[in-house]
Amino acid sequence: MSNAIAVAGVGMHPWGKWGRPFVEYGVHAARAALADAGIAWSDVDFVVGGETVRNGYAGYVAGSTFASALGWNGARIATSYAACATGAQALDTARARILAGLCDVALVVGADTTPKGFLAPNAGERWTDPDWLRFKLLGMTNPAYFALYARRRMDLYGATSEDFAQVKVKNARHGLENPNARYRKEVAVADVLGSAIVSDPLHLLDICATSDGAAAVVLTSLDYARAHGLADPVRVEAVSTVTPTFPNAVIDMPLLATDHFAAGTPERTFKESIADAAYEEAGIGPEDVDVAEVYDLSTALELDWIEDLGLCKRGEAEVLLRAGDTTIGGRIPVNPSGGLACFGEAVPAQALAQVCELTWQLRGQAVGRQVEGATVGITANQGLFGHGSSVLLAR
Amino acid sequence: MTTSTPAIAGWFTTGDDPRLVASRCTTCGTLVFPPPPADAASFCRNPACDGETHEPAELSRTGRVWSYTDAQYQPPAPYVATTDPFEPFALAAVELPEGLVVLGQVATGYGVADLRVGAEVELVVEPLESDETGERTIWRWKPVTELGEEADQ
Repeated sequence: MSNAIAVAGVGMHPWGKWGRPFVEYGVHAARAALADAGIAWSDVDFVVGGETVRNGYAGYVAGSTFASALGWNGARIATSYAACATGAQALDTARARILAGLCDVALVVGADTTPKGFLAPNAGERWTDPDWLRFKLLGMTNPAYFALYARRRMDLYGATSEDFAQVKVKNARHGLENPNARYRKEVAVADVLGSAIVSDPLHLLDICATSDGAAAVVLTSLDYARAHGLADPVRVEAVSTVTPTFPNAVIDMPLLATDHFAAGTPERTFKESIADAAYEEAGIGPEDVDVAEVYDLSTALELDWIEDLGLCKRGEAEVLLRAGDTTIGGRIPVNPSGGLACFGEAVPAQALAQVCELTWQLRGQAVGRQVEGATVGITANQGLFGHGSSVLLAR
Repeated sequence: MTTSTPAIAGWFTTGDDPRLVASRCTTCGTLVFPPPPADAASFCRNPACDGETHEPAELSRTGRVWSYTDAQYQPPAPYVATTDPFEPFALAAVELPEGLVVLGQVATGYGVADLRVGAEVELVVEPLESDETGERTIWRWKPVTELGEEADQ
């Protein structure tokens, strides 16, 4: 039987550097999602907060923090943390409770207030923490990992810096009309190539910023949606939160080495397995996908994800890009929201923001960036320490 | 008198033929780098093995570049810059014959122009940082074949 649930409402707080407490963004997004659903806060009986590690104790107990800020209504709560995949894990927690018949209306909220510059590890001397050791011993920043993947595309598949720049140009154009995007300005290839190199081959404009922002999703069972007049809602058809399968032979941030793969590697890489699990759960294949929101921490990483999602063969994402297939109006538009290129990353909110965008796309409400006729969309994302994240939505 | 000690104990040997030191499961032979701290439990990473005892295992000194990049901006703390102003350095992920990819900085004097995917590199030990108590060393990857040289062959 179908494990689908309804997306009753979605809402966001615009991304930016607003300098306000994360709770304000989260409540704004939650109220927007509830208004979109036409459901009262008093009818929410389960709240899941995406944890933020940068905002003190309130961030560690985000489910409680948001529920309290909205005014205690007696709802049950949970808090999720899965680094960049936090939103998907939070969504999955809510979905499980709905499908088990243990709640009617779940509110999932993620919000963050982020510092400037490179994301740095937690403070203190932590000689057993790989996330601390990679900075201490190697000076290995997040962009340096993104750059390793980008360089492989160049040396193995003939990708060029111009290709990477074209991803930014495309996403900048996609985000122009998006009211929640932080950067809404056309970018030319020359702008990208003229920006400073951070970690060769990636320029500053190839790499996403960190942002403040919030996203919220209201979920219900399909029966509840029907009973409350939500005809033909966007459905969550699958949520993939898979971990890697040993041996993981692709080096993952923040680790210093891969698993030992002397005895061979699994059929699929970790990133390939993330989407594959979503497709299998939904009974929907990559050939059915009309639109994708993927985690473009770097321009080159968007190209990796296109292949990981099975939207083309390995090494052929540049062909799609150059043909305009991944642009709105093309065969399989990628990141119509503008992606992280236009948003910057607000960690616990980002996977939920992807779901918000696809919900608007599948409803035909993505003004100025609509993928015409889209009925199936997929998100892809990966969190530190083996957290897969992919949500398949359909209408 | 100054001393020279590894920046982290137990991860690599020093001397004329330095090696990375992995931990090897005594039950199934699965290697792990970096090795777990000596006083920590070590559960085998192989899901088909419940081994909990391990022994040090030196890895091959040479391997092939899986990918590479550099740091053109000074990384945040706890990274310690050794020059002021900061000087960029290169980084490489190297596939060793044992079937393991290990990250490292690239040896002093070499940059991304000296590297390509598949090129051979060897392990060297160089100073990472120093303070009043002495110098700390780290493993680095050094190109074996100069790229121009190879092109001539």
